Amino acid sequence: MNLRRLTLTQKRAFLGVAFIMPWLLGFVFLFATPLIQSLRFSFSELKVAPGGYSLDFIGLKNFTNALSIDPNYNRILTESLTEMAWNVPMILFFSLFTAAMLNSKFKGRPIARAVFFLPVILASGAVAAAQSSGLIQLTGSSEVAQELGLAQNGFDPLSLVFMLSDAGMPVWFINYIVDAVQRIYEIISSSGVQILIFLAALQSVPVTMYEVAKMEGATPYETFWKITFPMVSPLILTNIIYTIIDSFTESQLTRTIYTTAFQAQNFGLSAAMSWIYTVVISVILIVVGILVSRKVFYYN
Amino acid sequence: MDNEIVVLRMQKARNKSIELLWSIFRYILIIGISFVIIYPLLQQISVAIKDKTDIYNPTIYMIPVHFTTENIRLAMSVLNYWPLLKNTLLFVCSTTLLQAASCALAGYGFARFTFPGRNILFTLVILTILIPSSTLMVPMYLHFRNFDVLGMVNLFSGKEGINMLNTYWPSLITAALANGLKSGLYIYIFRQFFRGMPAEIEEAALIDGAGGFRTFFTIMLPNAIPPLITVTLFAFVWQYNDTFYSSLFMSQSNLMAIKIASLPADANQYLPGILGVGAGSNVKVDPNLVSMIVDTGILLAIAPLVVMYLFVQRFFVESVERTGVVG
Repeated sequence: MNLRRLTLTQKRAFLGVAFIMPWLLGFVFLFATPLIQSLRFSFSELKVAPGGYSLDFIGLKNFTNALSIDPNYNRILTESLTEMAWNVPMILFFSLFTAAMLNSKFKGRPIARAVFFLPVILASGAVAAAQSSGLIQLTGSSEVAQELGLAQNGFDPLSLVFMLSDAGMPVWFINYIVDAVQRIYEIISSSGVQILIFLAALQSVPVTMYEVAKMEGATPYETFWKITFPMVSPLILTNIIYTIIDSFTESQLTRTIYTTAFQAQNFGLSAAMSWIYTVVISVILIVVGILVSRKVFYYN
Repeated sequence: MDNEIVVLRMQKARNKSIELLWSIFRYILIIGISFVIIYPLLQQISVAIKDKTDIYNPTIYMIPVHFTTENIRLAMSVLNYWPLLKNTLLFVCSTTLLQAASCALAGYGFARFTFPGRNILFTLVILTILIPSSTLMVPMYLHFRNFDVLGMVNLFSGKEGINMLNTYWPSLITAALANGLKSGLYIYIFRQFFRGMPAEIEEAALIDGAGGFRTFFTIMLPNAIPPLITVTLFAFVWQYNDTFYSSLFMSQSNLMAIKIASLPADANQYLPGILGVGAGSNVKVDPNLVSMIVDTGILLAIAPLVVMYLFVQRFFVESVERTGVVG
């Protein structure tokens, strides 16, 4: 084809395709193909042979196996889901609050920021695994190790429980708060990226808005709820979605899917499990997306 | 009239005191949270320089009585540290570079060019972020076990494809084709940044006769330092820490994430030999010492990341604000 005959728009279109070409190739061969294959695996029994593998179509058997025969899958799936429902609000609240705090001016802000982003660098599956198995070896039992891990926090939640129940809080709420306090390190270390996103959002709020509010005599509390919160609310959706996806990447569920494939060598069942899980996550994401985007305030 | 002034003054005084209280509260919170973040690190440093006679001394809180570098030496020999670090850094640096390059190209392509199907393709980028990686795990594994693009290997050599497991190729290929670890997120970051660049720069370059690629490399890329820093740092750190893909494709390779995950077992196995108490299967080292060595090993593993972070954190924090992850 003669390039000179093309109009500028067409040339630009070709250039654009050239730029995304590596990604497109990767997408077709390393994403779309495996995705379709995995769907096929989930409906078949897969046997690995030395020179490749063979597939036998068995219909929905893998799915019924995963949901009704496998003793653990249902439990782990619901556990992962409740854990996620439990964690997402905590992480969101904590990261929004922290971002608002880090955005206001105070002495030593650069140091505080550097420290707060440290968990992004250090959060790691490998380190956590080594740490907990180190403790297990020390005590010989995983339950004792878990208790030891909690005891190392050195914080006694009992006084907090009494204080909150004296204040007339409902029991479930007290449980939630105490749980949040006890797992503060876990929450901090999984909210690094969310803090970054909120911080970038806060930077884009026009300074004049805050000046006006200050002249009108608004307190920081009022300023937060009347200006900061509505202005960053579109990013709350982004963060909810990111947190939901992120909370599953290191979960028990992923490990189960992994061991089913590579230790039990049941590739079809593993594919079915991961598809059930994909569908569940997609449904959650769509529902959350619709619910939240109704409430979101868009400036402009 | 006088009354109004008094009311205004009262209000001002109230606001001032609320502000003061808030700033005290903020300092307490910031210091508290910073402590929670740094505490495990301090604890590991304390363990790393503690002599084993201090393990059973309950009066020691953080600062040991007997200092030693013995733990570090032992942990290094269990991990085979320097060769391991060199190997890991080489691998991680190359995937990071490939990933930053391919994602920058894709991000620019999506941000600045209109071509048919652009929006659908970008939706697919978002899809790659959303689909959990465990869904693709088994096909990817089998794919790299018999790597063969369009049957070309089979055509030319008659073999059933190349086994790429336990080589670095799977990660390098996925990184170069912008489908590696969290690539979708990086493409998104780059696209958001390039969309915010003024179009006049490009038009000027075009009129001056620069082609698309020349404009990209000489004008757009040098201006894209903020997202480049963010993406490079994320790509480096996440690849360095990644256990999922590395244990899937390279379970026997000499990489930090894999060695650290198996460190407790390795320490139990090799310590008796290193300490010279015999390497028999029923010889056991004091479990407290083992856990000290494990802690030290973890510290050694994250040390390169912490050192790197100390150097780049200023640019990183600044660049995040200008990257506009926002949209």
